[in-house]
Amino acid sequence: MTDRAVEDLLRALAPQVLGVLVRRHGQFYACEDAVQEALLAAATQWPGQGVPDHPRSWLVTVATRRLTDEWRSERARRDREVAVAVREPAYAAVAPPADEETPSGDDTLKLLFLCCHPALTASAQVALTLRAVGGLSTAEIARAYLVPEATMSQRIRRAKQRIEAAGARFAMPSAADRDTRLRAVLHVLYLVFNEGYTASSGAELHRAELTGEAIRLARELRRLLPDDGEVAGLLALMLLTDAHRAARTGPGGELVPLAEQDRTRWDRAEIAEGVALVTEALTWSAPGPYQVQAAIAAVHAEAATAADTDWRQIVALYRVLARLAPNPMVTLNQAAAVAMVDGPRAGLALLAPLDADERTANHHRLAAVRAHLLELAGDRDEARAAYLAAARATTSLPERHYLEVRAARLATDR
Amino acid sequence: MLLIWNRPGFVEELSEDERNAIFGEVDVIMKELTESGELVGGEALAHPAQTRTVRPAAGGGTEITDGPFLESKEQFAGYLTVDCETPERAAEIAARWPDVAHGMGVLEVRPVMEQAGTEM
Repeated sequence: MTDRAVEDLLRALAPQVLGVLVRRHGQFYACEDAVQEALLAAATQWPGQGVPDHPRSWLVTVATRRLTDEWRSERARRDREVAVAVREPAYAAVAPPADEETPSGDDTLKLLFLCCHPALTASAQVALTLRAVGGLSTAEIARAYLVPEATMSQRIRRAKQRIEAAGARFAMPSAADRDTRLRAVLHVLYLVFNEGYTASSGAELHRAELTGEAIRLARELRRLLPDDGEVAGLLALMLLTDAHRAARTGPGGELVPLAEQDRTRWDRAEIAEGVALVTEALTWSAPGPYQVQAAIAAVHAEAATAADTDWRQIVALYRVLARLAPNPMVTLNQAAAVAMVDGPRAGLALLAPLDADERTANHHRLAAVRAHLLELAGDRDEARAAYLAAARATTSLPERHYLEVRAARLATDR
Repeated sequence: MLLIWNRPGFVEELSEDERNAIFGEVDVIMKELTESGELVGGEALAHPAQTRTVRPAAGGGTEITDGPFLESKEQFAGYLTVDCETPERAAEIAARWPDVAHGMGVLEVRPVMEQAGTEM
């Protein structure tokens, strides 16, 4: 088996193995550490020595051994009784038969809900999800998020402590909580995807792998919750967005706006799958924000050229989205779409109230959209000033470069 | 990034107790940032007396002079990089830094540019 195949196998098995351990022993904190060690052991041994016949049992055995070693050394160190030392002393020495416990998707779901516990900050939810459910090592997550490994390791440790302190259980949330928790899970996967998608290239390559990880986890979630339209919507949105990857940056790493992208470079397979997913979901599910965003992405994807875009349909979808999830960022995108149907002045009128909203008043995106609409309206000087204001407000180098170039064009080509 | 600006040599005016107290405060904050997983890095800079400034020369080329670029009472003394949930949290860390807490300097809190971006 290639290193890559081993890696894929380990990532798929990680949440299952962790689920088995947590169900048997409780103690999420210690089990998670033990599974991480077992994954590292497998990653070093399997590529050279071959994959064992029952890889999942192998991992469970090794992780359990680590866990009991840890408990024994703790007991020796502190000379005290460990309550649950080993329920079956012989257990660690014998691998359970492969069919002893059927892998259960419920475990993965429970883990996702646990990692996205409301006691955690978003960045802690992301880190813990990638490690406990995604099976990524701390080093990989640290590389992807551009922080030192010690920092990420501490962040994960802190997140696990918080979960234990909050008394979170390895169980399905109650029906009352389930929707809120699922929304948190979807949001975390969306954040992971975005982190990878916005990364350009070169030094950022490690981050780009996050999109693949987010899509993989979204597929897994879809397999576990086939009746949830928003899960399908999120996966569709990821696929339809990721389809632009090859076209979204130019040869020098500069950003290419949607309207100017070479659509022949869009990934047709991803588009076909994304469009089919969202179209199908909308036939039986009440529309939710992810489905509507995916539907908007699908309308863009179905236009052979930017000029063929069905802006009317996009405006209608933004109206639905503004009803479902009213927020100023939706209004911003809605204004840009309205400008394509009713002219830039109509779009600019929609932007006006956002100046009074503290969430968007100084946001670079408001200035950038306004600049674009002013440019369409022919107000070159105001457009240039707005592009420069947006360039000053962004913290992204490629975005700043793009905005400065747009401003410079308006200064020169009369 | 938290940029620390303070009066060079202010430490020389402190008593040993005051000095130890300040080092202790820095330790406490660094420990907290390490434990919370917010600390990304940081460096302290040598006394400005060791600074050399490289600038374009009047007749083309460059000239190198001894001493700092800015003739100001406060000099850039070091920095701390933190990864926080909000800008407010970064400002809160800055407010507790001894240079600010003891009126010996100021901290600038500035976002770090990233390589990531979305097409517009």
